[in-house]
Amino acid sequence: MRGNKLTRATQEPAWVRYTLLTVGLGFLFFFLGLPLVAVFVEALAQGLPIYLEALKESETRSAIWLTIVIALAVLPFNILFGVAAAWAIAKFEFKGKSLLITLIDLPFAVSPVVAGLIFILMFGSQGYFGEWLAAKDVKIIFAVPGMILATLFITFPFIARELIPLMQSQGKDEEEAAISLGASGWQMFWRVTLPNIKWGLLYGVILSNARAMGEFGAVSVVSGHIRGETNTLPLHVEILYNEYNAIGAFAAASVLALLALVTLVAKTIVEWRMKAETDMLNAELPGEKTS
Amino acid sequence: MTHFRKSIATVLLSLVAGAALADATLLNASYDVARDVYKDYNPMFQKYWKANAGESVELKQSHGGSTKQVRAVADGLEADVVTMNQANDIQFLAEKALVAKDWAKKFPNNASPYTSAMVFIVRKGNPKALKDWSDLAAPGIQVILPHPKNTGNGRNTYLSAWAWALKQPGGSDAKAQEFVGKLLRNAPLFAAGGRDATTTFMQRGLGDVLVTFESEAEMIAKEFGKGNFEVVYPSLTMQTEFPVAVVEKVVDKKGTRKQATAYLEYLWSKEGQENAAQNYLRPRDAELLKKYGAFFPPVKTFTVDEVFGGANKAFATHFKDGGTFDQIYVAK
Repeated sequence: MRGNKLTRATQEPAWVRYTLLTVGLGFLFFFLGLPLVAVFVEALAQGLPIYLEALKESETRSAIWLTIVIALAVLPFNILFGVAAAWAIAKFEFKGKSLLITLIDLPFAVSPVVAGLIFILMFGSQGYFGEWLAAKDVKIIFAVPGMILATLFITFPFIARELIPLMQSQGKDEEEAAISLGASGWQMFWRVTLPNIKWGLLYGVILSNARAMGEFGAVSVVSGHIRGETNTLPLHVEILYNEYNAIGAFAAASVLALLALVTLVAKTIVEWRMKAETDMLNAELPGEKTS
Repeated sequence: MTHFRKSIATVLLSLVAGAALADATLLNASYDVARDVYKDYNPMFQKYWKANAGESVELKQSHGGSTKQVRAVADGLEADVVTMNQANDIQFLAEKALVAKDWAKKFPNNASPYTSAMVFIVRKGNPKALKDWSDLAAPGIQVILPHPKNTGNGRNTYLSAWAWALKQPGGSDAKAQEFVGKLLRNAPLFAAGGRDATTTFMQRGLGDVLVTFESEAEMIAKEFGKGNFEVVYPSLTMQTEFPVAVVEKVVDKKGTRKQATAYLEYLWSKEGQENAAQNYLRPRDAELLKKYGAFFPPVKTFTVDEVFGGANKAFATHFKDGGTFDQIYVAK
């Protein structure tokens, strides 16, 4: 009985808890669950064969393919930039550090449409480099390179943002120990830094990947919407919808939703591994938790 | 460095597009809902061109909002031809020297291979008995249309109502402006575009009448079912044109002038005209218009040139900043 009283003293009354829970879950259901279900219901409205037929269309397939190509193309750049920036910021003191941090956040602050327009201003035929590019017959805008650039701009903060706090909390003791024991810079990176950040890095990769695949605004501006050539999935969904092809639009949207669900599962697994690892470390080093 | 970038770009492009094996490649930048028209038309032209010129052509399509599309072409989208739903948009390219100044004379019929008309879509059974423009301006009626200032759909509706009021006994510009003002005050909102207006009317069930293209009515039927609405033809309405043009700068650069011109000319062939009719666009060919008469009931129409002295003048008078639309809307 006494235990019960204690719990009661530290907890809100039941009705408060249940109301909060209902509000929270209700919100999730109506604004996340229901639309997600609706996408699949609409896509399958005329049966599975018609759904599959819609996905088999060559333009839809090429949109899926292009979405994956762009996501893969930006990945190495994002990893390279993200790790380099996070390393510089977390492990070194230098002039202009806060400026760099602000710049990394810039894509979060700038509207994607504006980001796309920036590239038009730079590389469009009336832009700064437009004539020069046209003379060399290099196509950036309204072609895949421009779409990759726009996606890169939108997604580059994710990995750095994920790694900076992680690397800052880890400090540089282990790296210093490695160097003092005679490791080369690369050895230190591969054997000490990378293993320490691998889950955080993977988490950042997943986040930036999800954003790369779902990006609409910036890519829409620079795409040119050439069917089968410069249409990514989100753009394709919009176009199909505008053409009164609801089945096709929702079928394409369902593929995007599936990609998002896969990302979500991957993200959950990584989060779980990250937590398991920190718990293990904390358990092993009880005295050294404070940094 | 340039070389390197170029090769990356080429590799990526070929990855995505697959190697192009055709003798020539044409890109057609077109408006939103034109896909069905050109999806059927492109293979027809490919066959025709192969038989007559012995060349295979690869045809690519780009679709989007009409104005957005011409902006992209002006910014470097390498479209060989533009097929739009507003003369203003092609005029914009003419001003940028991308298409010929006299583009409207390069092809027959004002360079518009097919037309449509602005019609009313009303609820099943026409419960509010809406027959003509005057009914739309009556108190208590809700009219759904896209924004007149920046959408073709909205502009056509505005000008149709204006022209109707002008042609009434004792009609004048001042009376027309007053009438259009009344009609616009019946709009609970301005939709962002044609498709958005349709969704507002059909899916959200807002409004008593939707004003849109005759050709759009069939698309609405395709998605929402034929029995759910009725089409009403007003006593006078606008004949909307769908102008086409060759993008001079691009075809000169790519060396595709011959193919691009033939591609557009073929729109006026029997096959091209019949394809338009089958997509619910009124063909210019009188015989075919008759043959598909069931789709196209007779309707009294006017053209922008007749009543407003051309699309540019209409735009300047009515939709530029400070034009009649702004005056009406401020007065509201």
